[in-house]
Amino acid sequence: MFKEFWDFLMNDFFITGDPLILGAQVSIGLSMVAIVIALTYFKKWRWLWTEWLTTVDHKKIGIMYVIAALLMLFRGGVDALLIRTQLAVPQLEFLHAGHYNAIFTTHGVIMILFMAMPLMFGLFNIVVPLQIGARDVAFPYLNSLSFWLFFFGAMLFNVSFVIGGSPDAGWLAYPPLSELSGSPGLGQDFYIWGIQISGIGSLASGINFVVTILKMRAPGMKLMQMPMFTWSVLSSSITIMFAFPILTVTLFLLFIDRYLGAHFFTLDGGGNPMMYVNLIWMWGHPEVYIVILPAFGVFSDVVSTFSKKKLFGYKSMVFALMSISFFSFFTWLHHFFTMGSGADVNAFFAVTTMLIAIPTGVKVFNWLFTMFRGRITFSQPMLWTIAFIPCFVVGGMTGVMLSVAPADFQFHNSYFLIAHFHQVLIGGVVFGYFAGLYYWWPKMFGFKLHDGLGKWAFWLWNIGFYVCFMPQYALGLMGMTRRFNEYNFDLGWQPLNIVSTVGAFIMGLGFIFQVWQIAHSIKFLKKEKSGDAWGEGRTLEWSIPSPAPMYNFAHLPEVTSSDEWWEEKQRRAKGIQPKAPGPLEPIHMPKNSGIPFIMSVFFFIAGFGFVWHWTWMIVPGLIGVACCLFARSFDYDPDYYIPVDEIERTEAALKGVR
Amino acid sequence: MAHTVTPHGGHGHNDHGHHDDHHDHESIKVLGFWMFLITDVILFGTLFATFSVLHNSTNGGPTPHEMFEMPGVIAETFILLTSSFTSGIAVLQMHKGNKKGLIGWLIITALLGASFIFLEVSEFIKMVDEGVTIGTSGYWSAFFTLVGTHGLHVSVGLCWMVGLMIQIGKHGINSVTKRKVTIVSLYWHFLDVVWIFVLTVVYLMGVM
Amino acid sequence: MANHNTHGHGHDEHESHGSMKSYVIGFVISIVLTILPLVVVLNDLMDKTPTLIFILIMAVLQFVVQLFFFMHLREEKKPRYNVMALIFGLVILVTIIAGSIWIMAYNTVG
Repeated sequence: MFKEFWDFLMNDFFITGDPLILGAQVSIGLSMVAIVIALTYFKKWRWLWTEWLTTVDHKKIGIMYVIAALLMLFRGGVDALLIRTQLAVPQLEFLHAGHYNAIFTTHGVIMILFMAMPLMFGLFNIVVPLQIGARDVAFPYLNSLSFWLFFFGAMLFNVSFVIGGSPDAGWLAYPPLSELSGSPGLGQDFYIWGIQISGIGSLASGINFVVTILKMRAPGMKLMQMPMFTWSVLSSSITIMFAFPILTVTLFLLFIDRYLGAHFFTLDGGGNPMMYVNLIWMWGHPEVYIVILPAFGVFSDVVSTFSKKKLFGYKSMVFALMSISFFSFFTWLHHFFTMGSGADVNAFFAVTTMLIAIPTGVKVFNWLFTMFRGRITFSQPMLWTIAFIPCFVVGGMTGVMLSVAPADFQFHNSYFLIAHFHQVLIGGVVFGYFAGLYYWWPKMFGFKLHDGLGKWAFWLWNIGFYVCFMPQYALGLMGMTRRFNEYNFDLGWQPLNIVSTVGAFIMGLGFIFQVWQIAHSIKFLKKEKSGDAWGEGRTLEWSIPSPAPMYNFAHLPEVTSSDEWWEEKQRRAKGIQPKAPGPLEPIHMPKNSGIPFIMSVFFFIAGFGFVWHWTWMIVPGLIGVACCLFARSFDYDPDYYIPVDEIERTEAALKGVR
Repeated sequence: MAHTVTPHGGHGHNDHGHHDDHHDHESIKVLGFWMFLITDVILFGTLFATFSVLHNSTNGGPTPHEMFEMPGVIAETFILLTSSFTSGIAVLQMHKGNKKGLIGWLIITALLGASFIFLEVSEFIKMVDEGVTIGTSGYWSAFFTLVGTHGLHVSVGLCWMVGLMIQIGKHGINSVTKRKVTIVSLYWHFLDVVWIFVLTVVYLMGVM
Repeated sequence: MANHNTHGHGHDEHESHGSMKSYVIGFVISIVLTILPLVVVLNDLMDKTPTLIFILIMAVLQFVVQLFFFMHLREEKKPRYNVMALIFGLVILVTIIAGSIWIMAYNTVG
């Protein structure tokens, strides 16, 4: 009995026999033990539970998203370096083929779904309620649930690395390879359930932010007076609302195929694998716009702040954002021109793809004209923004090249494509979110990040980026295709591959500088005295102390124009004092709740059971989820009021700091 | 919701403020639910798209024409339609402030919903007995998934209604229970709308 | 719910939440719109393509009827974000279904 169990653990449950993975297992085990010991030693368990795990405060949830995303950036980055190491020289025996497959699969999934998405939601959470003058999001409890679903989804996905086996069918898991016939292992099931659980959280976040922006704005703030980042969040959230259900269904169908032996995407039984490709890209294409749109919003706010000018072409920017979010639903086929759906289909989608480049071009000109004749401050957020523009323009132009359907038959699945989408995703999304992080960091934590180290990180990332990906365009045109773990000496790809690998490691060095920068800034912490950390803030989040008090605004602001805080400062400079606010009133706030965390744990349990086909684990998991839903529904006292004297005390303490 | 419970309930001025606050909050939740329903539209849309693409993929096996038995389906249709109507009456009773009427009509709605599920499950069991399962062919995979997902939604609605009836019994009709009934009836009407398309696209086109 | 705010608890309660009349009308029209396609299909009254178009039109009509008479779409407080979202949703819905059928036409069996 015991021996059987031991054999199961060693042969099936844990991944054994690979030194790299063994190292990871040991370090994961050790760090878990270390965390438990630290929490117990410093008696922090209660603090962890009441301050973080049960919080419904959008600012804390945002911070947790950011931390999780940075950890995932590390893991995805290590994957990337492993890939580049393997490809540095021909026929290197570093990663065997199966391991290589697992690594490029997890690299893609983690970077898009568990790094870009949470970093994006982190910024949404931290910034949007402050920018629109609200005290929280529309549904704070749901917001907490979204985070924990993401978190446990990500854990379920990541655990496959050491338990059961990693997915290895590519980041979008095309069947028939991802079917039971092609991937009989458990990795694909971890993939399905990890993404499914976190996907439900993303969908809920999308709804949450749409309603928040539509309904929770400060009195007087019209839609056309919203800060551009808030607009970009609205367009991105709308896209989430309409795209994520498609992902849910697609993964669900793949799950039914694998679990119940259905024939949606199988080769036999009348199934149609191409239908999966069609469906997944109906989500997948909008998804890339979901992550890039908020980056556009960040750039807009950063550019106007540090050029000390109103954003050029506000209306055209709004129009561009909304039309991108609409048109993103009409271009999905350009990911599989080579499927051969016929000339009419390919022509239609080629044209829609080219069309969507137009609003994107409009934006670039808006940013350039905003900077034109502005007094530009080259702060860290502004540096990333300026670096973004040329990078994204080149990435966008190669995208237009790919949209030419006949040419795509040459580019398809080559390193040309790889270079293109890394250029828009790193140059656009990653640079954008970095700009956002540096920009709002003082708002989140009350101190700025060290400037000198930040510049080192900036230059390393930028130089590394071009060194890494420019050679890949050439490699693609030379015929190098994606997802091969080795190539022959006689192909002539060796020099460029080595250059590319060097570039990747330079970016890795940039990341280390950022970690150093954060650690250094915490150690030599210089408290930010003013709420308006950059001195040039234009929007409402800069009108309150950093970090913001729990209720954000003691008095809800009255908004009369876009860039309200800038206008307010102008008025004050002219000697017009703001209207004295009325007496404080008790503030209605949601209570903390442990249910989102517990419910997500049950989701994790059910998902883990589904992966292993363990009914004894699935059933309690699902029952637990149902019980949590009922418990919440029967709770008729989910919120409370902060009394006036407590608000007065908090405000007085904050003024003291200032 | 909490204005009967919070210590501030007694203060005249504040009470007014809180009351508006709650009202506003409830209407925001209704909008949030509309947004959820629209995501559900997309969810069902994707299932319908899959079904449409696979509608000929019977792989030489049983066809819908051989398997569908319309009398049961027609009964299901009218039962669900009637339950959609009765859930509307429940909402009307609620706005009259008639707690008993509200619970009564909700019970009728739930019973109709339960008989719908019973008929659907019997239909499925019969098909499985005759050897048609989710693994028979692409067509039947799509059929069971689409119709089953709708059935699952109805079942969730049933559990929800039962929970809601208990809450109404306990708390009576107030702004929170009103919002919840409004939402559950929206959900119920929505499921009836989805069924119309299931009937048309799956069953009627299947026997054509 | 929303109208509650603007109308208060006055006598116009019925208008803002639909009335018995609107539910009965909606119910009767829905029954008719269900029976018509059933009759047409089960008795083979039309050719294949006209039947297809007919039953789809009936279904869409019933959808519209229920939207107005049961779900009281018109009675939301302005601006009607739910209506806007629904319209966008329907556009995407049609895109998903029609797009899939169009794209997969080259790859579908039969």
